[in-house]
Amino acid sequence: MTETQGHGNQEGHAPGSKFGMVIDLDKCTGCGACMVACMAENNVPTKPDETNKLDTITWMRVFKLSNGKAFPDAETCYLPRPCMHCGGKHDAGHSPCVSVCPATATDYSYKTGIVSQIYTRCFGCRYCMGACPYHARYFNWWDPKWPADMKNYLSPDVSVRMRGVVEKCSFCFHRYQRAMDLAYYEERELEENEYQTACTQACPAGAITFGDLNNEDHMVYKVTHEESEGDEILRGRTPFRLLEELETNPKVYYLSGRDWVVKAGNASVREEAKAVKDTGGHH
Amino acid sequence: MFPFSFEWHWDMSHIVFMGGLWYAVIILGLGVNYVVGKSIAETMKDEAGGGHGHDDHGHGDHH
Amino acid sequence: MEAAYQKIVRLESQLHPLGVQRAPLWQFVLWMGFFGTILLWGVYAMFLCWFKGLNQTNMNDSYGFALWIWADLGVIAVGGGAFFTGLLRYVVGKDPLKYIINYAVLIGFICYSSALLILAIDIGQPLRGWFIFWHANVHSMLTEVAFCLSCYFGVLCIEYIPLVLENRKIDEVPIFHHTSHNFHEVMAIFAATGAFLSFFHQGSLGGVAGVLYGRPFAYRPEFFIWPTTFFLFTWSAAACGPCFTILVTKITEAITRKKLVKDNVVELLAKIAGWMLLTYSIAKIIDTLYWAFVMLPKHNLHVLDFFTNQSLIYSKLGGVPWILVVEILCSVIPAVILVTKKGRQNKPALIVAVFLGSMCALINRWVMVLQVMAVPVLTFETFALYFPSWQELATTILPVAYGVLLISLSHRYLPVFPQERELNPV
Repeated sequence: MTETQGHGNQEGHAPGSKFGMVIDLDKCTGCGACMVACMAENNVPTKPDETNKLDTITWMRVFKLSNGKAFPDAETCYLPRPCMHCGGKHDAGHSPCVSVCPATATDYSYKTGIVSQIYTRCFGCRYCMGACPYHARYFNWWDPKWPADMKNYLSPDVSVRMRGVVEKCSFCFHRYQRAMDLAYYEERELEENEYQTACTQACPAGAITFGDLNNEDHMVYKVTHEESEGDEILRGRTPFRLLEELETNPKVYYLSGRDWVVKAGNASVREEAKAVKDTGGHH
Repeated sequence: MFPFSFEWHWDMSHIVFMGGLWYAVIILGLGVNYVVGKSIAETMKDEAGGGHGHDDHGHGDHH
Repeated sequence: MEAAYQKIVRLESQLHPLGVQRAPLWQFVLWMGFFGTILLWGVYAMFLCWFKGLNQTNMNDSYGFALWIWADLGVIAVGGGAFFTGLLRYVVGKDPLKYIINYAVLIGFICYSSALLILAIDIGQPLRGWFIFWHANVHSMLTEVAFCLSCYFGVLCIEYIPLVLENRKIDEVPIFHHTSHNFHEVMAIFAATGAFLSFFHQGSLGGVAGVLYGRPFAYRPEFFIWPTTFFLFTWSAAACGPCFTILVTKITEAITRKKLVKDNVVELLAKIAGWMLLTYSIAKIIDTLYWAFVMLPKHNLHVLDFFTNQSLIYSKLGGVPWILVVEILCSVIPAVILVTKKGRQNKPALIVAVFLGSMCALINRWVMVLQVMAVPVLTFETFALYFPSWQELATTILPVAYGVLLISLSHRYLPVFPQERELNPV
């Protein structure tokens, strides 16, 4: 998944795609389909007991937020959190995690804007995990294991990871490669619907929109630039990103009409009483 | 680490960082080689001269 | 049986430096056996981690860096006495320090070899450890740490080897005699290179936390290409390292019940450490104030956001975060004691000062590793609390046992303290 792979710079294709996501938090029901789809698509191993979310791997994790108020004012919001594929300060590609990796095992692609993880090169120092404020990176504390029959369902497009390395959401990069191969063979550009992440397609509420943030024809561009074509999704709301103030430049945008949810995204605009994470649910 | 590994770029950060590193490594390598070489030469000289040559060195406060 | 033991005692005593008194062999064997057992316990835990993986620890995805990284940064900081004393002795020309430099080097050697061992246990794929050199990302602080740490460990080996070669029996072999003599001749070059390397790896260890712009608790303003923590870590290692050297010297003197280094030597080193600590504490206070009142408000954050009463260590006592206060006091109090002649000549005060001086670095490293991990960044996350597993504790105690063993062996068989014979006539 390094610069040398993919065909982002093929002739006639806009150089420098920037793939990103818009997640409508008012649509998310917290069903967890995105998490399940992600785990199946990306060969994420499981443990017999997955209750401790601090040592289990969930590339896509749904947080359950509460406004901390009592009935009848209590409100809940489910917040899916994939890797943010941060562009870093000034969107120059110096993501918090990429710049710290001592062995160049994680890289920022200027052709796709995707932050890659090279599993066979990672030696497990976990510095990137410390650097990521979103806790989007996971360490393989155990040998990867699947129930016997499930091994037959592993995707051949995604390598399984070994104990002792870090992994994270790749925006289903193998899907990009597959789509690009076909587009290249047919000598045409990539269509918006050809490259979609597993979580996007699995969401029954249609809460996730995925595409190229640099491509004016893509819905994510229209939504994030608040253009009228995006009105159907925007519905008067302003997109925000988590911890925008830290200049991490994430590529995942969120939408919510609820003020307390927007304020939960950034400390600089947070409410007096912090939004609290509920126990139970999807944790 | 080496210019032939593909992570290497001929930019200022690589030149300064690796330059500093290789400078230190070369100094240490040369220093150790000098000491070992000189010691072997002195030992051989001692042996040729009957093995009484090494007492002419004072070790300052280490002895 | 008795005769055989006496023969062994006689043979073993021939390995002692000339003109000094050493503990009876049986006592030494018991002592070594005790610490050897602790060492074996640590080694067992180490192999568990290597063979079964890091699931043997209580680290988790919030606590990627934990007790080991603190221990690593801690021993490197207090081991800084080796490079700084070497710099003062060989480059600046503080001649009296030649009476303590051997011990400073030995302590540094123990600290740095321990640090490398801990790192080898800490990484998830130990067999890939060499990737950090081969696939080096020169922009990562950890790369700088790995390169300079390894090279500086080479320097410490170069500085320690001549001492080993000065063992009475080894020194009788001409080639070893010459080698140790010739190493001393060019030691200034090695010491200067060591200081150069130390400056960078001590600093880079500070940079490890300081560059984390995703974590406001750790992030510091950049000065040239390095965050301020880079300079603070180097400065504190140079200040606290000598304190630790003096502390270990005093402990060794207490255990061997002998005076091993003259007071004027200790006082000289203490005086320099005192001034380093004083300047460090001023810089640290300025840095903390700038962080608290300029950097944090930009993100609508307050210092107290980083402390919680859920945790004993990061709790607020009467609204005051006690660990922050203790961290600063541990640099100010010893600095005040050590810069005054009266203070450093007063034995109990000196001991308190060097103890607090050593703690200054250890607490600072704790805060810059473990508290960084504990503090939540997302507004809807809570403090991550962590307690190490026995495997982590055992492997952290391992270097202590190893240090005691190596010091005991070195003290028994090598002329570590040049003034010992003069101070303790047999």
